[in-house]
Amino acid sequence: MADYEQLDTPSVVLRADLQRLFDSLHARGYETIAPRVENGAIIYDEVTSVDALPAGWTDEQEGGFYRLEGRDDGALFGYTVGPQSWKRYLSPPIRRLWQARKNGDGFEIVHEDAPTPHYALIGVRACELHAIHHLDDVYLGGSTIDADYQQRREAAFIVAVNCGKAGNTCFCASLGTGPAVGPGYDLALTELVTEREHAFVVTVGSERGADVLADVPHRPAAPGEIDLAEAIVAEAARHMGRTLETTGLKELLYRSFEHPHWDEVAERCLTCGNCTMVCPTCFCFTVEDTTDLTGQSAERWRRADSCFTTAFTFITSGSQRASAKARYRQWLTHKLATWQDQFDSLGCVGCGRCITWCPVGIDLTAEVAALRAEEIGQPQPEAVLEMA
Amino acid sequence: MATKRKPRLAVWKFASCDGCQLSLLDCEHELLAVTGQVEIAYFLEASRAVMEGPYDVSLVEGSITTPGDAERIREIREASKFLVAIGACATAGGIQALRNFADVKEFAAAVYARPEVIDTLKRSSPIAEHVFVDFELRGCPISKHQLLEVVGAYLTGRKPNIPTHSVCMECKMRGTPCVMVAAGIACLGPVTQAGCGALCPAYGRGCYACFGPMETPNTTALAAWWRDELGVEPIDIKRALRTYNAGSESFRKESEAYEYADH
Repeated sequence: MADYEQLDTPSVVLRADLQRLFDSLHARGYETIAPRVENGAIIYDEVTSVDALPAGWTDEQEGGFYRLEGRDDGALFGYTVGPQSWKRYLSPPIRRLWQARKNGDGFEIVHEDAPTPHYALIGVRACELHAIHHLDDVYLGGSTIDADYQQRREAAFIVAVNCGKAGNTCFCASLGTGPAVGPGYDLALTELVTEREHAFVVTVGSERGADVLADVPHRPAAPGEIDLAEAIVAEAARHMGRTLETTGLKELLYRSFEHPHWDEVAERCLTCGNCTMVCPTCFCFTVEDTTDLTGQSAERWRRADSCFTTAFTFITSGSQRASAKARYRQWLTHKLATWQDQFDSLGCVGCGRCITWCPVGIDLTAEVAALRAEEIGQPQPEAVLEMA
Repeated sequence: MATKRKPRLAVWKFASCDGCQLSLLDCEHELLAVTGQVEIAYFLEASRAVMEGPYDVSLVEGSITTPGDAERIREIREASKFLVAIGACATAGGIQALRNFADVKEFAAAVYARPEVIDTLKRSSPIAEHVFVDFELRGCPISKHQLLEVVGAYLTGRKPNIPTHSVCMECKMRGTPCVMVAAGIACLGPVTQAGCGALCPAYGRGCYACFGPMETPNTTALAAWWRDELGVEPIDIKRALRTYNAGSESFRKESEAYEYADH
């Protein structure tokens, strides 16, 4: 799908025909996962009807604050990202790796042939598409391939959505990860809600995207509609609530290992792990073995873990990052600096989830700004050398 | 191979409501699996038949509140190879540890017709304050899944998988939007140990900290946020911290910062 050459001009699908997109995906065997409202937030769940999308809802976000609010235009995607991300579907937080049964003196592996879920992820934002590519780097880019991830990822159909609104904790524009979606989607939508029409400008990103669009009534987009779609996204780019200066970011963090600001953050940090759980690129997990009471069967489970738990670095001499300071520093430094050495990119996509969903509103953009500001006037040590 | 004797399990009760012992009876069909693997040697809530010690595993419910308790727990420890304290009473002193913040004599005088016959300690204390405890299983009440995990781990000779991180981790794994962030509800989840499966937030309630403090609780930062951003009154912060795990070190200390709050 990556090498699909996009030659067609964008199309327009009317709001009234969008159900046909869901229907086409169903007919092709996809389970459609899309945004919907639950418990005062927009989550990603199975949605089979366009009517179940969060029509007329938007969100207000701040550090440690999220509220849904109504909007009067009936837009289906008129909000930014919520507490969940697509990693929930591509790399589930809890999964059994294998199970075994006792067999005389040894044991036998119980084979499970669960079919790979075929998800159509509908409403993937630009930052989230980047995050999925980061998960690809982690799970598929090294010498060990995560087969479960690979199967889910290859099966997934991606309907991306360009953001027509920037959130108050968004900063993708600073990182070049949005708000316009980049490559890697099957179909990309931009929602137009004008007095004349409620429609979607649709761009095709893959052969299978083209096949699905063929099932949905559409017409070529008029130049005015294409211009409007671009203007909407450009407007979102101008309204980012946060910014993150990326120049020399890696060197800044490497220089800041002993910075006093980490102590200040540690006073506020709850070490609860929420930031890592909501982060669309945090991928860490732990593996647990369990046995039943009779000792006749054993199971190995994979469970999401976090660099904020003490067990994460627990070895014979205890937890290696005992203090909140060490844990927050590790997380931020990995996201913004060591990730660059590992994967040649930032581990952050600017979605702002860690800011909004931190129960006490710790803001990584503000923490980086503080590290920078408190450095001014100080003697500047040499930048550390690139790690081999 | 010599015939293996089934490990003997004993269940003991101190000052408590019996809810944690009930969790064992609540195991229902798993209970049969338990009795298949261990000999229930002492469990008065289940059977009058008792066997003499020593016991391989002792599950101890309840807190130490009388001089007699303090003596009896030493005897139980002597008779037990492996001792597990179960529940908030046994691990933190329970709700009855509220006495630790007040004058017990005053209570006794207010409640009993003849307070002089009441022989009680000034404090309600957890089992680990009196004897060595091999494992502490938290909760008010404990989770039957965690109890089975601890028993299963003991029988297999492996480490039990009992996480000590926050409830938030479970909440996020479950997919529940944060009630504090999305609804402004005061929630103790960030400072509370997992184990319940983040039950209350899943039903739109804040966490009550039934499983006690998580491994590295920053109660001060959470309480400050409640006060400054959620408008929680200082007295309500104190009350939130003074429930089943009021006697735990971190909740006690933080609640004492609000000791003289009257609104």
